[in-house]
Amino acid sequence: MASQLAISREAKRKLNGIYAMAIASIFSIVVFAYLPKVSGDVTYSFVLDKEWVLIQQWVIDSRVGAYGFSALSVLFTALAYYLFRKGKKHGIAIFGFSIGLFMAFLCWASAGDFVPFTGLLQGGLILAVPLIYGSLAGLVCERSGVINIAIEGQLLGAAFIAGITGSLLKNAWLGLLIAPFAGALISLLLAVFAIKYRIDQVILGFVINVLIIGLTSFAAQRFLREDSEKWNESPILQPINIPILSKLPIIGPMFFSQTIIIYLLYVIIVVTQVALFKSKWGLRMRSVGELPVAAESVGIDVNKVRFRNVIIAGAIAGFGGAYFTVGSVGSFSREMTAGMGFIALAALIFGRWTPLGALSAALVFGFADQLRSVLSIAGTPIPSAFMMMVPYIATIIAVSGFVGRVRAPAADGIPYQRGGSH
Amino acid sequence: MIKKILDKTLLPLFAFLLALFVGGLVIGFTDNKVLAKISSPIEFLKILGSTVGNAYLALFQGAIYDPNLAEGKSFMAGFYPLSETMVATAPLILCGLSVALAFKSGLFNIGAQGQFIFGAIGASYIGFKYEMPMVMHILVATLAGVILAALWGGIVGLLKAKTGAHEVIVTIMLNYIAAKFLLFILSTKYFLRPGRLDPIAPPVKESAMLPGLFGVDYRVNIGIFIALAAAAFIWWLLNRSIMGFRFRAVGANSSAARTAGISVSAAMIATMAISGALAGMGGAIHTLGNQYELTDTVAASFGFDAITVALLGRGTPLGVVLASFLFAGLRVGGQTMQANVGVPVEIVLVIQALVVLFIAAPDLVKRIFRLRNLQEASAMASKGWNG
Repeated sequence: MASQLAISREAKRKLNGIYAMAIASIFSIVVFAYLPKVSGDVTYSFVLDKEWVLIQQWVIDSRVGAYGFSALSVLFTALAYYLFRKGKKHGIAIFGFSIGLFMAFLCWASAGDFVPFTGLLQGGLILAVPLIYGSLAGLVCERSGVINIAIEGQLLGAAFIAGITGSLLKNAWLGLLIAPFAGALISLLLAVFAIKYRIDQVILGFVINVLIIGLTSFAAQRFLREDSEKWNESPILQPINIPILSKLPIIGPMFFSQTIIIYLLYVIIVVTQVALFKSKWGLRMRSVGELPVAAESVGIDVNKVRFRNVIIAGAIAGFGGAYFTVGSVGSFSREMTAGMGFIALAALIFGRWTPLGALSAALVFGFADQLRSVLSIAGTPIPSAFMMMVPYIATIIAVSGFVGRVRAPAADGIPYQRGGSH
Repeated sequence: MIKKILDKTLLPLFAFLLALFVGGLVIGFTDNKVLAKISSPIEFLKILGSTVGNAYLALFQGAIYDPNLAEGKSFMAGFYPLSETMVATAPLILCGLSVALAFKSGLFNIGAQGQFIFGAIGASYIGFKYEMPMVMHILVATLAGVILAALWGGIVGLLKAKTGAHEVIVTIMLNYIAAKFLLFILSTKYFLRPGRLDPIAPPVKESAMLPGLFGVDYRVNIGIFIALAAAAFIWWLLNRSIMGFRFRAVGANSSAARTAGISVSAAMIATMAISGALAGMGGAIHTLGNQYELTDTVAASFGFDAITVALLGRGTPLGVVLASFLFAGLRVGGQTMQANVGVPVEIVLVIQALVVLFIAAPDLVKRIFRLRNLQEASAMASKGWNG
């Protein structure tokens, strides 16, 4: 009975999602194609560097483009409904729908402008990198049953340590190497106080963020400004072109002409996704995060598993932190993570506490941000402040359950004591 | 009676001392003059002590009383720093009450920052846009801010009550949305100051400015009394009113409250609306009594400091007032410390975070100070995302 109810609820959620897609497609036709009074040519440019040229430029009338791509969204919505009725997965249809909607929006927003398409994708991916690392760190923590709103602090602390290490030793690779240890150290604070002293984890995460912001800003004021050549001028990691793959049109520069931090990210994503659902480690993680009493009854030391995973999470966040200094600009500046840790948290929640979900959400948020900066140069119909709100509004919609309800791991945030009483 | 007071104040006191001590170590061990003496222990301890001592002395002088300011003038002139601390205390009390009230109803309001912003927006707009007689202008402008902020806070309660969306996630997101919204409206023609391109609204009219308490030399104004009155009101609301009883019942055990016939949804929505109103009033008096104009940084970090204030104040109105005074003093004094002895003001953030960490982990403080008999209820029970 209960499982039947769960299935029908899940089905209802999916159906609601498809309705939302239909509404969005109609919205797209009306607003992006039908309503605009004027239309202009949009020039997409596809070539960034020395990759093989498939197509150099593509010019399309904005109204025609908007109609065309909206139609694509409608088509994929229909496909999604068809697959749903057949009882098959319709993830691919959602992907197609999103691309259609995105392109329709782009045609509308940049009518009469030049759009560096490949650059847009590449920039979006780069902006998403710290978000993905951050959300995976949150995922490993929260799937184990410890709330992590200290992602911001973990990113910032690791960025700081990586930056000064890279600068003092004049070696970006050593900066990258030390970053996961810095992240793990901050996680240690989270683990000790959350698991041993059983402090409320939201308060704890909040306090850790304040502490790290305070410490790094204090140190930045004290050392980095006075003797910045010694302390705060780290070399940066250079992009590595992967032979042949980096020559592929469009996806080459986007995926295969990046720094080591991004290649490492691919590995971590795959490992997390596979290990979470297929390995002993993942099974234990999920069991202590969902039903710790049951986990203990089969001999798992709940708090030990949690402790270890919180530390691992910190190390993952550490790599993301390294991106801010040795991975991009080299020097540290106070509060340079600028709330990225919270967008990562939003991505985690929006992605329903799954690796692929968090990845997709982080990518969407990264692209939205990149799009905002590209469009703000071109001059857009919508104020850039509203585009900045996208991740936050999307997350509120997600947790409110307007389009399906997201649910955190059942024991997330509840300290565990031997014997299951808490 | 004395033991009861001691029980309540010892932990915060020890937590604060411990935080000052750790903060002192951070100051000392990052100072080049101190580090230069590290080879000779006695010299080292001497210079460590004097460096840290000087820093905290400068902090005190910047926050409470500075004899240098009194020189050649009256004794009272030395209290100028105290008046500045009062200016910063007022909005902090209101934001702290916002968080504390929500605590009592079992909600964690991280959204004081966003609610503060809406309070500032409402007060600023009425303040610069309309002509009104003095007292009325202040009242209407404050009310506008309070209503906007109550609505903004109420959204959180509504979402929590109707859909179960966790208030922590929603308020974190709403803070960012409020900050972006502020940036947006400051770029519109309704708020942009004529002749300016940077995000700044026109100054509020003189009739909307909060009157000062000690003449033009001091910035301290009636805002501090407004804040204290609000604290008294919240004390009354929580401890003497039926509504407050319902709030506390929902906070203590929402299922039991529901069984007893209390509408949990209504209590949540009302709590968040009142919390929003309080933080919004903070934004309003900060705008009308201190800043006089709306900028994109008007909220500074009041809403976030408020969380530490509420935790240090154990969620009680009196505790919030005292904690606000303490943290406002640290903030204001920290500026002087940075200017006079070159210790960056950010050390205040470190001290603030440590105080709250120690308060939240009473076991740790008890162990360090060997306090065995200290009666201590945990500041807040742990709850999960789904709770």
